[in-house]
Amino acid sequence: MNREEVIRRLNEVFRDVFGDDSISVSEETTSADIEDWDSIEHINLIGSVESEFGMKFKMREVSGMKNVGEMIRIICERGC
Amino acid sequence: MKELVFPFDSRAILRNKRELKKALLNDGTARIKKNIAVLGGSTADHVVSMLRLFLLNNGIEPHFYKSEYNKFYEDAVFGSPELEAFKPDIVFIHTTSRNLSLMPERVNTTAEEAERLLDEQFAVFSQVWEGIDQRFGCPIVQNNFELPLFRRTGNFDCYSPSGQAAFINRMNVRLADYARTHSNFYINDINYLSAAIGLEKWHDAEAWYLYKYAMSTSVIPDLAYSAACIIKSIYGRNHKVIDLDLDNTLWGGVVGDDGVDGIEIGQETPVGQSYSEFQSFIRGYKDYGVLLAVCSKNDEENALAGLRHPCSVLGPDDFVSIKANWESKDSNIQASADELGLLADSFVFIDDNPAECAIIEAQLPQVQTVCLTSVGDAMYALSRGGFFEVTSVSEDDLKRSRMYAENAQRAAQQKKFSSYSDYLESLQMYAKITDFEPVYRQRITQLTNKSNQFNLTTKRFTESEIEEVSGSPDHIRLCGRLTDKFGDNGIVSIVIARCEGGDAHIELWLMSCRVLKRDMELAMLDELVAKCRERGISRIFGYYYKTPKNSMVAGLYESFGFEPVEKSENGDSVWVLPTEGYTNKNKVIQKDKRSYS
Repeated sequence: MNREEVIRRLNEVFRDVFGDDSISVSEETTSADIEDWDSIEHINLIGSVESEFGMKFKMREVSGMKNVGEMIRIICERGC
Repeated sequence: MKELVFPFDSRAILRNKRELKKALLNDGTARIKKNIAVLGGSTADHVVSMLRLFLLNNGIEPHFYKSEYNKFYEDAVFGSPELEAFKPDIVFIHTTSRNLSLMPERVNTTAEEAERLLDEQFAVFSQVWEGIDQRFGCPIVQNNFELPLFRRTGNFDCYSPSGQAAFINRMNVRLADYARTHSNFYINDINYLSAAIGLEKWHDAEAWYLYKYAMSTSVIPDLAYSAACIIKSIYGRNHKVIDLDLDNTLWGGVVGDDGVDGIEIGQETPVGQSYSEFQSFIRGYKDYGVLLAVCSKNDEENALAGLRHPCSVLGPDDFVSIKANWESKDSNIQASADELGLLADSFVFIDDNPAECAIIEAQLPQVQTVCLTSVGDAMYALSRGGFFEVTSVSEDDLKRSRMYAENAQRAAQQKKFSSYSDYLESLQMYAKITDFEPVYRQRITQLTNKSNQFNLTTKRFTESEIEEVSGSPDHIRLCGRLTDKFGDNGIVSIVIARCEGGDAHIELWLMSCRVLKRDMELAMLDELVAKCRERGISRIFGYYYKTPKNSMVAGLYESFGFEPVEKSENGDSVWVLPTEGYTNKNKVIQKDKRSYS
């Protein structure tokens, strides 16, 4: 799967999880850019991304991701 | 909302929870408002957001108080101003095995120490419940405890004094004892839930390390659903009616096409057994006050005939409304609801036909549908769906059931059988021995073809041969059905005797091995002799034809008191019994006088 496809599907997950159809994520998007992206929603986001792509983040990754770009990199690395 | 009824897609609910919440709040439903305090022993945010959805879907708009992380004990025992001000209508204590802080750790824990730890651990929780009861006097919903995934000592863990599973199981028994003896206290049985879902799926150690979630987030919807079922039941939001299709739902086959004799119900076939179990399961709901109704596309006459099948567990009288006609099912459900003075939203509709279920979902979306793909799936969906969650059993009922339980225990301890016949007596056996009634002929044929061990002549019959024998004036036919206190064993023994002059020749004598050593053969013999006497027959000839499988009955006629006539070298033998002077041999099986048709 190419990066564009990953971003497109990731964007769908973000829109569902935060209930906001105007969200458009980029590699630079961080939790500061989305109002409801707190530590609790982060858990739900991670779970939803994992189930969307059929993969699992490692513990260090969950707490260490700085922005959406890193999330995409990890997803692509897992060969999804 | 179908998305929020078991079986649901947990991941989709978690992902779309905002949209689902919005849709529920905007659907125009009038809901009762309730204050629900969730006191958690682990992170409870997902639990709260899922509980909200499931309660909204059951007509309850919750307002939540959430304790600080793992402050369930402090909040309950010492109180908090916020909680006092909140005035909860219900307190949900969301704790798990992670909160069993006194679980034995050391390998040399003695049984006494384990018992003391258990006492202390239980006291932590009972203080919590008593604190809440004193402060608020409101219903308490308490999770019990799930088994851990890891067992350091393997199977030993479940009984060793230092075992965690042993400790958890005993805690769960104590919780159950407390619940039985305290009103307003309800257990959310996550021990069952985690087992049903599977501990491998339930547990997620990383979710604990990362977020302090005591289980995988993917199973939190299941946990919340279960708690929501208890809460909505407390507020009287249970469903009230199970409305059932008939053909291929309560029995196998189509009664209008196959006839009453052709439908499958009863112990004679696997399919028949499955429907018997399903009917018994449904009848159990009736015992708890759930109303049963029929909604079937059938001629009423056929529907009633099916329900009067001798093996049907449910009869026409079990139903408060029977709609068997060719009208659409949604109009029939609505008509039943109107007759009973209920709203359609208190109906659960069960049908094997997905098309009928789809019509109901479209025409009467407030009716809950369960599509019966298999009997097992339907029983699971019906129970996990929680439509009839039981929470209200009166104090008197509680006392009564406890008394019964104690008496039963006593009886079990006292009961020692002084002889085998005492044991047989205790089984409370009833035999119904009849001619070959049409409804049983299929089963009779089947038995003649598959019984090998308790079979004197091993003579096989086709169904048409059985028909022929059934119509013959020269034959005595016995078909024996045995029930005992554990249930109905179905047709278990067949005898065919040909009459000629003053003699009867036993052409077939067989019995199912599931009722060996129950004296059923004696009951059959008594009946055979009685029938022979009616016909003025003075001698009964028995034949034993040896096969590799039927040695267990080589001595049967001798044990009955027959005299040997002939013994062949190949092991075959012929026996004779005069009917004069015969006294009945069966003493433990009573005659079943109930009518099955």
